[in-house]
Amino acid sequence: MYGNTSLTAAEAKIMNQTVEDPILLEAFEAKIARGEKIEPNDWMPKEYRKQLIRMIEQHAHSEIVGALPEGTWITRAPNFRRKLALIAKVQDEVGHGQMLYSAAETLGKTREEMLNDLMNGKIKYINLFNYPANTWADIAVIFFLVDAAAIVNQTINAKGSYGPYCRALERICYEESFHLKQGHDNFVYLATGSQYQHDMLQEAMNRWYRPLIHFFGPPDRNSQHSEKLMKWKVKLASNDAMRNQFLDMYVSKILEVGITLPDPNLRRNADGIWEFSDPDWDEFKRVSSGDGPCNKERLEVRRYAEMAHRWVREALMNPSDKYKIPLA
Amino acid sequence: MSLDPRVNRIDLHKVGSEEQHTNSHLITWEVFHQEKKGKQVIHVGIVHAPTPDLALILAKEQFGRRGATTNIWVTKTSDVYSFSSEDEDIFETTPEKTFRNPEFYKVRDRIEEYQAKHKTV
Repeated sequence: MYGNTSLTAAEAKIMNQTVEDPILLEAFEAKIARGEKIEPNDWMPKEYRKQLIRMIEQHAHSEIVGALPEGTWITRAPNFRRKLALIAKVQDEVGHGQMLYSAAETLGKTREEMLNDLMNGKIKYINLFNYPANTWADIAVIFFLVDAAAIVNQTINAKGSYGPYCRALERICYEESFHLKQGHDNFVYLATGSQYQHDMLQEAMNRWYRPLIHFFGPPDRNSQHSEKLMKWKVKLASNDAMRNQFLDMYVSKILEVGITLPDPNLRRNADGIWEFSDPDWDEFKRVSSGDGPCNKERLEVRRYAEMAHRWVREALMNPSDKYKIPLA
Repeated sequence: MSLDPRVNRIDLHKVGSEEQHTNSHLITWEVFHQEKKGKQVIHVGIVHAPTPDLALILAKEQFGRRGATTNIWVTKTSDVYSFSSEDEDIFETTPEKTFRNPEFYKVRDRIEEYQAKHKTV
């Protein structure tokens, strides 16, 4: 769900009923099938535009809101080097948000409209950031594993069909590989440190296991048919496929330093498919629709930042400037 | 109470709930980046800013944070002119005009034929 899209039944219906010019649609689909990218001024189906805006916007909001739980520990980082790395990471995330807003903006929705829809709750951000970062060890888990999950998702999405989004993702993945490395370093230090540090990390891991399983969105069996989005290369892998890839890559890196995962049923079966206990998808639904431990605070902080500093923006505005949709 | 001391230091409700949207559409600037002296200056993205000075500062933060940078240019999006995507076909004959490529000119066969005929070698 970083940059991932799942349709509700009603949305899938609209999507399948929208009529497009058959000749233009055929040319558009042929272009994508050939592996060509779509650029902002090219013809595109209405639903392609709509779903892309929604997906990129959610991704952008996730970056911006993600900076909040991560920023929580800047003032109390255990040493100066970790503090500098955390500040750099949080700045990266905000920069990623900006790059993604720009990519979505080329599709015709302004950044201000997107920021409004974040504040009024109309467009969501990744559910995981509605959970608190209780200790410094939570930062290690987020830094390492949330970024790892994001990289799995973003590397896949970077092969999508929309040029500006792919370009933004390439840049983002490059910067996130630093987050992943530094996160792993932090994770390993705590895991191999004193008993107290090890226990602190284990507790954080226990807290984040379920949100991490939720990360890639509801299981395929509960998701609406998104064949069209796959064909248009908006969605490139199913939620379950991405989740499986993530578990494949990272479970061993958790276990090798003596940290366990709080799920006795987690195992890789003979077909290479990871099985796990029911991660309570109702909780996922409940938290993403507003009833999580931090939803309220996240939006209030965002609203405060926007509104308390609005006068600065307005004082700097030049009334004769005319806004134009960016080029690429 | 928030877990974040920075959040606890501010009064979140200081801002009125009546104005929960933003109307100030800052214009966008297209950003061009040069990685190394002697290399092309390449378009890398956009920033939102009210003035060129601020656009440059934001562009430096956004696109000059990693790797090497020798310079960054910005220009207002509205000052950039481009072809319409429907006019893409005007470029179609470009690759067909092969007589403008060096590979088009192959004379070795002719030379060998001439040499065989006149026994110049």
